[in-house]
Amino acid sequence: MSRAFPFSAIVGQDEMKLAILIAAVDPGIGGVLVFGDRGTGKSTAVRALAALLPPMKAVLGCRYACDPVDTRARCDQCPTLKDAARPKTHMVPVPVVDLPLGATEDRVVGSLDLERALSQGVKAFEPGLLARAHRGFLYIDEVNLLEDHLVDLLIDVAASGENVVEREGLSVRHPARFVLVGSGNPEEGELRPQLLDRFGLSVEVSTPTEIPMRIEIVRRRDAFDRDPEAFAERWHAEDERVRRRIIAARKRLAETEVPDAALERAAHLCLKLGTDGLRGELTVMRAARALAALDGVGSVGDAQLRRVAAPALRHRLRRNPLDDAGSSVRVERALAEVFPA
Amino acid sequence: MNADADADDRSPAPSWLDALRVAAMFAVDPAGCAGVHLRAGAGPVRDAWLAYLRAALGPTRLVRVPLSIDDDRLLGGLDLAATLAAGRPIAQRGLLAEANGGVLLLAMAERVSAGTAARLVGVLDRGEVQLERDGLAQRHTARLGVVALDEGQGDEEPVPAALRERLAFSLALDGISPREVRDGGNGLDGGAALSIEDAQSVGEAVAQARLRLAAVSLSDEVLQALVSAGAALGVASLRAPLLALRVARAAAALEGCDAVDEEHASLAARLVLAPRATRVPGAEPREPAEPPAESPAEPPAEPPQGPPPEPPPAAESEPPPEPPPDDADDTPPPLDPQMLQDMVLQSALAALPEGLLARLKTAESARVRARAAGKSGAQQKQGTRGRPIGVRRGVPKRGQRLSLIDTLRAAAPWQGLRTPPPGARIRVEPDDFRVMRLRQRQETTAIFVVDASGSAALNRLAEAKGAVELLLADCYVRRDRVAVLGFRGKGAELLLPPTRSLVRAKRSLAGLPGGGGTPLAAALDATAALVDAVRRRGETPLVVLLTDGRANVARDGSGGRARAEEEALAAARSLRLSGASVLLVDTSPQQAPQARRLAEAMDATYLPLPYAGADTVSRVVRAGRG
Repeated sequence: MSRAFPFSAIVGQDEMKLAILIAAVDPGIGGVLVFGDRGTGKSTAVRALAALLPPMKAVLGCRYACDPVDTRARCDQCPTLKDAARPKTHMVPVPVVDLPLGATEDRVVGSLDLERALSQGVKAFEPGLLARAHRGFLYIDEVNLLEDHLVDLLIDVAASGENVVEREGLSVRHPARFVLVGSGNPEEGELRPQLLDRFGLSVEVSTPTEIPMRIEIVRRRDAFDRDPEAFAERWHAEDERVRRRIIAARKRLAETEVPDAALERAAHLCLKLGTDGLRGELTVMRAARALAALDGVGSVGDAQLRRVAAPALRHRLRRNPLDDAGSSVRVERALAEVFPA
Repeated sequence: MNADADADDRSPAPSWLDALRVAAMFAVDPAGCAGVHLRAGAGPVRDAWLAYLRAALGPTRLVRVPLSIDDDRLLGGLDLAATLAAGRPIAQRGLLAEANGGVLLLAMAERVSAGTAARLVGVLDRGEVQLERDGLAQRHTARLGVVALDEGQGDEEPVPAALRERLAFSLALDGISPREVRDGGNGLDGGAALSIEDAQSVGEAVAQARLRLAAVSLSDEVLQALVSAGAALGVASLRAPLLALRVARAAAALEGCDAVDEEHASLAARLVLAPRATRVPGAEPREPAEPPAESPAEPPAEPPQGPPPEPPPAAESEPPPEPPPDDADDTPPPLDPQMLQDMVLQSALAALPEGLLARLKTAESARVRARAAGKSGAQQKQGTRGRPIGVRRGVPKRGQRLSLIDTLRAAAPWQGLRTPPPGARIRVEPDDFRVMRLRQRQETTAIFVVDASGSAALNRLAEAKGAVELLLADCYVRRDRVAVLGFRGKGAELLLPPTRSLVRAKRSLAGLPGGGGTPLAAALDATAALVDAVRRRGETPLVVLLTDGRANVARDGSGGRARAEEEALAAARSLRLSGASVLLVDTSPQQAPQARRLAEAMDATYLPLPYAGADTVSRVVRAGRG
C-alpha cells in the first residue's frame, strides 16, 4: 500500500481524531463509527492510524499473532508450541485491516486452504481477514453498503471476540478481538439499528466551511500528493508525539480513576437522555477514562465526560428514525442540564 | 456533485474546443484527474472525441469495461480452468489491475450499479486493487483514470454520485453539432498543437507535458484562489478544489509552462468547479456576503509554502471543539490574491448558465433520485448473494460460487476411471462442478400514495401524514424500502423513488402541499407503473393508498366527477391485475361509499381513518405484509 497521509497533518475533525485515539488507547471501547459527507477525510484518518500505532509483542510462530501475556485470549495452537509457558516473541505492527467491498465471505472468516487441498489433498484452514485483524483494527469503508450477511457475521464476531468457522468440512475457532471501525455516507443508505448499537463511539463529520481551514486542507493534501515521502518526513516528529501520547496513555489507563461523582454524572446524563440499557453508561465511562489517560490527568473529571458524551451516546438515543437532525442536539441539551456552566 | 439529469438543459453547450482541452489535459495526468464524466449519446461527436482522446493518450492503454462485468473480471479472482488444470490456485487479474497506468472506458455508466461504482471508487482512492476473494489475498497497483460514458436521458438515474464526485471533468457533448467538430479544432489558442486533424501532434504534446508535469509549480495564491472559488460556488466537497489543482497543473504542463498562472487556474475553475456549483455567488442574499467578507481574512493562511511546524490542530486533545488552525498567524500576503481569486471566480461564473438557481432545483431532485440508485441492477445478480441453501450441478458463471468440496466429492468416485494429468492427483471434469445456491431475503418496497387534493387536505391530510410517518418508522425497523407518490391538481408525481432513506421520505412528505382536484385515475396508473418497476427489481411491492376516493379529475386533466370516478375504478381494476397487495386508508370525514367501492375494485384492504388512528394503520400494514 502506498504511504498513508500522516495522522497529525489532518486539519480539524477533532471529534473524529479524538474517537480514534480513544479506541487506540482502549480497544475495549467497542469500535468507532464515522458518518459524514463525502470528501471529509474519513478514510484518511483511519488509514493514518496504522502508521501511528506502536508495534505490539506477539507469540513467535503463531498465525494469529496472539498476545504472549494474556493467556486467556490465545488461539488453540499457542499452548502446543514449544515452551508454551514462555513462548518466544517478536514485535509486529498492529494490524489495521481494510475490508474491501466485494470481499467474499470465505476471505472474511477464513476458509479451506485451496492450494493444499488441491495439491496435497490436505484439509487445512486458511485464516481470513478476521484473523488478520486480531488485536488490531478492522476498517470498513462504506459500511452501509456492505452486504447484510457480512454485517451480521461481523457483529457476531466483534461481540464474542472469537471467530467460529464451520464450513467446507472445517471446524475451527480462533480469537478475533478487534476494534471495528466503520465509515460511510448516510445519504447512501442507513445502517441497521442493531449494527449501530454495536459501535462504542459514533462520530459525525462534515465538510469544514471556513475558507482558511479549507485552504489549509487542500494545501496539505496537495503537498502530500506531490511528494508523499517528503510530506510524511515533515510530519514525522508530530506523528511521533501522538504515538508517544498513546503509549503513555495506555500505561496510565489502569491507574486512571473514575470517581463515584463522575459515575453518578454519567448515569444522570444517560437517564436524562433515556438511552437503552447500560451500554451507554459503560461506554461513557470507558471513553472518559481513556481520555483522562490521554490528557495525563489522574482521574476522570467533568472535562472528560463532556467531551466524550456526544460520541458515546448520540447513536444510542431511542431514536425516532425520522428525526433527521436531533440526536447531537439532544445530547448537547442534556449536557447543558447535567453540567450547569 | 454535479447534478445533471438534463444535460443540455443544464449547462450551455460547451465549445468543442473545451472538449478537446479536457481530453488533452486528462491525457496528461489520467490518474491525477481521475476521469471524465462524458454526457453524450453515441454518435459522431462522441466518436470524434474518443478518437481524439485515443490520439492524445498515445501509447497509454484504453481498456473498455462492459456494463455487466462481475467481480471476478473487475477485481480479479480465481482462474478456475487454469486452477484445475494446474492443480494449484491460479489467480487471474481483474480489468482494474490490467488497466494500471491507463484509462478505463466505462460504457453506459448511467447503468452501473452502486456496488460496481463503490469498487471503482475504492480503487481510484487507493490507487490499488485490494483483492480478498476466493481464498486469494492480493494487492495490485492500479493507478488509472476513468472515462464514464453517460448516455442517460433526462429522467434516468445518473451515474452514481460517489463516482461522479471523483472525476475531475464533466463534459456534455450533446450541444455540439457534428459540423462544429469537423470545422473546429483548428487554430486553437496559443498555437498549442491541439488539432483533431493533427492527432499526431497531440500525442506528442501530451507526451512532453507528462515529462514536465512533475516539475510544474503552483503558487499558494493560486491554491487559495481555487479553494475560495469552490467555496463561493457552494461546492462542499474538498475533492473538487484538489482536482482543480491537478487540472491547472496539467494545463500548465500542456502549454509548456513551468508554473501555473491565472489562465490555467481560470481554466481549471471553469472546467472543474463550475459544473459542480450549487449556488451562484451574489444570487442569494446571504451568500454574497461570504466570499468578500472572508477574503480579507484569507491571506492569513500562513507563510507561503506552508511548512508544517505549526500546531497540528487536534493531535493533542486539549484544544476543545474549536480548533485553532491557521487563522492565528497574520502574515500579509506576498501578492494580491484577492485579484486572482476574483479572476478565477469570474471565469467559473462565466461557465454558469443563466437562471442556474431555478434549474438547480430540478437538479436537486435529480440528485435525490441518484441517491436512490442504491441497489439498481440487483435483479440481474439474483442468486449470487444471500445465505447458502444447498448446491446444484452447474458451471459457476455470472458470479455464482463454486462449491469446492462438493465438486471434489462429485469427482471422487470417478478417479479410478480417469487418468489424472501429470503432476496432479485428481482429475475434475466440467460435469463435476457444483455451485452454491443462495437465497436472498426478498425485499419489500412500501409505496405510499398520498392524496393531497383539496378535499383531502381539508379533511385530514395532516393526519394521513402522521399515519404514514408511523408506517415509515415501521419500515425502518424492517429495512423495507419506501417510495412516495403524491397526487393533486392535474396529476400524480413521484415524490420519492424507492429508497431506504426514511429521512428523505419524511422530508418529501412534509413538503407535500395540499389543494387542487383529485386525479385518482392518474395516480392509480402511476402506482401501477411503479408496482411494475419494483417487481422488476425482484422486490415485493406493497401499496398504501391514502385517499377519500372522491375523484374529480379525469386522466386527461379535465374536470367532471362522473367520468373521473369511472376512470378511477377502471384504473383500480387494472392495478388489481398487477397483483400487488394494497391497503386503502379512507381519509374522508365520514366513511364514503366511493372509497369503499374503489377498495373493492382493486381488492384492497379497506381501512377508514376516523376509527383507525395512526397506530391501527401501522398494525394493519404489518399484518397485510404477511
